[in-house]
Amino acid sequence: MTKNSPSLRLSRRLRPRGLAGLVAVRIALAVLTLVVVSIIVFASTQLLPGNAAKAKLGKQATRASLTALEKQLGLDQSAFHQYVHFVGGLLRGDPGNSLTSGQPIMADLTPRLANSAFLVLVAAAISIPLSLLIGSVAAVRRDGILDEISSFLQRVLASIPEFVIGLALIALFATSVLQVFPAVSIIPPGSPPWSNLDAIWLPALTLVLVVTPNIALIMRAAMIEVLESDYIESARLTGVPERRIVVRHALPNALAPAFQVIALNLAYLAGGVIVVESVFSYTGVGVAMRDAVLNRDFPTAQVVTMIIAGVYVVTNLAADIGTILVTPRLRTRLA
Amino acid sequence: MTIDLAQTIANEAPAPVVRTRGVLRRSLRLWRTRIGLAITVALVLVAIFGPYFAPHDPSALLGRPYQVPSPGLPLGADYLGQDVLSRFLYGGRSILLVSVISTVLGVGGGVLIGLWAALSKGWVDNALLRGTDILLAFPQILLALIVIATVGPKTWLIVLTVALTTLPRTVRVIRGAATSVVEREFVDAARANGDSQLRIALVEVLPNVIGALGVETTFRLTYAVQLIAALAFLGFAANPNEPNWGTMVSQNSSALTLQPNAPLVPAVAIALLTVGVGLVGDGIARAAAGIDRGTS
Repeated sequence: MTKNSPSLRLSRRLRPRGLAGLVAVRIALAVLTLVVVSIIVFASTQLLPGNAAKAKLGKQATRASLTALEKQLGLDQSAFHQYVHFVGGLLRGDPGNSLTSGQPIMADLTPRLANSAFLVLVAAAISIPLSLLIGSVAAVRRDGILDEISSFLQRVLASIPEFVIGLALIALFATSVLQVFPAVSIIPPGSPPWSNLDAIWLPALTLVLVVTPNIALIMRAAMIEVLESDYIESARLTGVPERRIVVRHALPNALAPAFQVIALNLAYLAGGVIVVESVFSYTGVGVAMRDAVLNRDFPTAQVVTMIIAGVYVVTNLAADIGTILVTPRLRTRLA
Repeated sequence: MTIDLAQTIANEAPAPVVRTRGVLRRSLRLWRTRIGLAITVALVLVAIFGPYFAPHDPSALLGRPYQVPSPGLPLGADYLGQDVLSRFLYGGRSILLVSVISTVLGVGGGVLIGLWAALSKGWVDNALLRGTDILLAFPQILLALIVIATVGPKTWLIVLTVALTTLPRTVRVIRGAATSVVEREFVDAARANGDSQLRIALVEVLPNVIGALGVETTFRLTYAVQLIAALAFLGFAANPNEPNWGTMVSQNSSALTLQPNAPLVPAVAIALLTVGVGLVGDGIARAAAGIDRGTS
């Protein structure tokens, strides 16, 4: 809580400066959040009973091997020194070596990052337009039989865990029923993800099925609210054609609330890849995270956590700024 | 002033009471709530009482690995040759128990903090919201994984992290629902009466956000089951040999064509549980929205 008070004072001082100030506050808060996240991630290793080296080597470890690993991990230094070292390594892009392979962490993660980013982008590129369309159509045809069925199906889909959806897709498209896609999506090292499109479809489709209902349901609600508003009513009364009302007047205003949810879901995708990649053994950061946790390779786990948290924070920041920009009310009140 | 206040309270009194009581009962009139409730109750019964009906010891090796269904093994055998039916009947308890406990802790804490934030306003409110922002900077599963990476998959640890990731989301929702309630005259009246903050929060404000709380609890429970099942699926159950729907799915997922019962039966059970709870939440949300709009 004491951590927060300087930022609050900062935000109050910046607030009168209008749009730029508002954006600056958001950026400052995002940076602050990342700092706190890095402290939490770092502290998680300090909370261990005993220390990290002992946890890694187990009860049978000899004194000598313990001291060696402690030295390698820098555990013989002060916590503050270790934290500075941890953050410095992250910022330099060289956060040290993996405990399992002994290789630099980033050497393994860099190609995986590209694979995961591509997977997430494919999923987003399909699900965002699709969900906006479904949500808008459902809102226009509100309470019709189609809307009723589609919103029910979306509710159901939104409740199913992602690994069950992935498994169902494997059963449907890769093994039992049809065999059009591979069940396992391993991307060979050194080849870019877009040259392995076969491997992308099922994990991407899983992510699409997970994300689309969430955005579509919010889009439907936002659209309904806008369509019931006074200015839409007056547009109708002046004889503007319904199609034009929906596309030109209602849609842009319904996008603002949808924006936040899209961002939340994109941010979710960054974490959701852990489970979905694991279902398909997709060669990405998600599987790297799972393996790191299984092997108690916490330096790697920390780095992946910081990367995903970074994506998460930046996506939410973009959504906040985007919302400020597309909401005239916020702009004028502050300017 | 006091007379004005009493007058307004008299005028406004009936509205909130009708709202509160009505939401949960009204939601039961919707068919999706009923379906959801039926599914949930069925799965909960299986999870709780299943072990008493299991034909075999869930850890006994009774057949060949991935043996197809036969009279002795109605759902066949799993990757080790254990009875799938018995493991299914045993495997719901821990998931359900861990999910419920962490949801109760997370939502309970979230309600208290959310009401505190709404009632305090000002810098306390601001600081609490910033605090939730920071917890929300992690995808739920990530916080659980980073803790497991250092301490290991302990049950209490999973409960605590799931509760901790549930809490900030509940804080936001409850605070949001309570902000308009704390402006009402009956809250001022309770303050003037000298009631404690906690009493005002629980007696005056909480009953007026029951709809939001009902929706929130069911959704959080859905996510808790999803998260805990996903953790088990990834290989992080406290005891990997214990029958558990999540671990059953991952242990047997390679036998999707050979012995589909082994991975699919527990997967369907998890999905039904989350869908059932989700539908109940959706029903409550719809009932609450209907009351707000004055329809239904």
